[in-house]
Amino acid sequence: MIDRELYLKSIQYRIKLLKYIKMAGAGHTGGSLSCVDILNVLYNRILNVTPETFNDPGRDRYIQSKGHSVEALYVVLADHGFFPEEELETFYGYRSIYTGHPTRKVKGIEQNTGGLGHGLAFSVGVALAGRLDHAAYRVFTLLGDGELAEGSNWESLMAAAHYQLDNLCVIVDRNTLQLTGKTEDMCGLEPLAQKLEAFGGELRLVDGHNITALTEMLCKLPFTTGKPSVVIARTIKGKGISFMENNPKWHHGVPNDRQYEQAQQELEARLAEIKS
Amino acid sequence: MSFTPGSELGKSNLEVFAETLLALARENKNVLAVTSDSRGSGKLTPYAAAVPEQLIEVGIAEQNLVGVAAGLASAGKIVYAVSPASFLTARAFEQIKNDVCYSDRPVKLIGISAGVSYGALGSTHHAIHDIAVLRAINNITIIVPADNLETTEAIKAAAQMSHPVYIRFGKRPMPHLHPSGTVFEVGKSLQICDGKDIAFIATGETVHPALKAAEEMEQSGYSCRLVSMHTIKPLDTEAVIRAAGECHAVVTVEEHRTAGGLGEACAAILAEANMQIPFKIAGIPDEYTVTGNQLEIFAHYGLTGPGLARTAVTLLEGITKG
Repeated sequence: MIDRELYLKSIQYRIKLLKYIKMAGAGHTGGSLSCVDILNVLYNRILNVTPETFNDPGRDRYIQSKGHSVEALYVVLADHGFFPEEELETFYGYRSIYTGHPTRKVKGIEQNTGGLGHGLAFSVGVALAGRLDHAAYRVFTLLGDGELAEGSNWESLMAAAHYQLDNLCVIVDRNTLQLTGKTEDMCGLEPLAQKLEAFGGELRLVDGHNITALTEMLCKLPFTTGKPSVVIARTIKGKGISFMENNPKWHHGVPNDRQYEQAQQELEARLAEIKS
Repeated sequence: MSFTPGSELGKSNLEVFAETLLALARENKNVLAVTSDSRGSGKLTPYAAAVPEQLIEVGIAEQNLVGVAAGLASAGKIVYAVSPASFLTARAFEQIKNDVCYSDRPVKLIGISAGVSYGALGSTHHAIHDIAVLRAINNITIIVPADNLETTEAIKAAAQMSHPVYIRFGKRPMPHLHPSGTVFEVGKSLQICDGKDIAFIATGETVHPALKAAEEMEQSGYSCRLVSMHTIKPLDTEAVIRAAGECHAVVTVEEHRTAGGLGEACAAILAEANMQIPFKIAGIPDEYTVTGNQLEIFAHYGLTGPGLARTAVTLLEGITKG
């Protein structure tokens, strides 16, 4: 069954995040477009957290280790009423709380991230605390694939497996590109699935833009008792905008007026298609 | 019975840290020690036996240690991240900066075997950079306790703190410097003796050598003030300014590089207060640190009673000649 609501949101989020990137004249466009469907599914179908329960010790936690894709997070949080969307007009601006990486100044954000290789250790700590307190909450961490070159991730994965943290779900946004180029040309990650399994994760592969598949998979956590759940979400950097897809130039590229118009046209066309 | 500072040897600050932490953990289940294969070095073996569920081991992985500690703290745990000061503050520096301080997670970072406590193991194991790097970070309190009382009180105070704190100490038994019952307050230095010729402003395990220097100088007719500056950040600026205003010269003493530590912090305060005074920073200079045990390294760099007395007398003689 097609989740029409989320497919619509998936395009609407793209329209919005491009709008605020264009307005700010800055942002991490490609990576936000690759992970926004994952956030869509998490916040709309999986996570047990709302603005009202954000300070509740029993809430599910989402930690975005790939902090640079903050635009995707901002638009999803705004959609959930964590703050008024208009506030994103200040994104990147002088004295704005909407900085280029997530901070706790923004309601809905659990932890300041941006330096890579930090989110998973923090998540392991939160998951461990949940275990100690016999709490039912789950912890979701989104990692970029480029950031997996940071050794700290592997320290944290080892700890997650050692402590059998099946309340932790690690999602890798596997868009295969980083700032300079292909991850495999920088410091190759493959065979990534085998590595993640060898470090003790219960691994699943999914099309990171397939809302239905993502939802079905993340509804079945933990994948196995006593192991952290690890997902490689195969994604396309710049997904949804023809000329941005699979082009590392758009890692933090900002569309000019003509490009912006074309991008919006492509997205509006897709929106009309889904609505019809 | 009257108390003479330095006359009676106590335990190591490390031991009293471990005892204090165990007492805190027994009172409150939310108190946790997180270690990186450092429970033995941290004297936490009895702790691990007594409250096993309150010790989290992450293996030799300091970055993970600090990140995990931040996560635990975010969920309401009272977390002491215990690791050799050298690795804690260098290997995991970015985790301290981002995950703890910038994210305002009230982790208690415990740097054990700090300074040159590891002696002849060499510079990989020395932490004489830690105060400088952490002073440059927003949102962290830095405490370097001198004796058992300061250590116990600092560890207890940390449990109540709602922002990050770093506490570092060594592992050699320390003489008692304060009478029992002395009120310890974070950010407020403790004066051990008073005088007007020289003010020693010392911290951590160099407070005792400074006391020996003061005693030696008293015998030659000098009057000496000694301040234990246990909190480096926020610094007790009032005590620094008072020392410079009421004494003829100031010598700062620390088990740290002379760059970026207590001495430079005091110098900055005095310069900004327009206070010109003969001033000397005693510490470990910018060179390859000599091989030796902690006391041999102290002696090599003049961080002993006689060495510091020489430094102070030279400074005072400069005034007379000038």
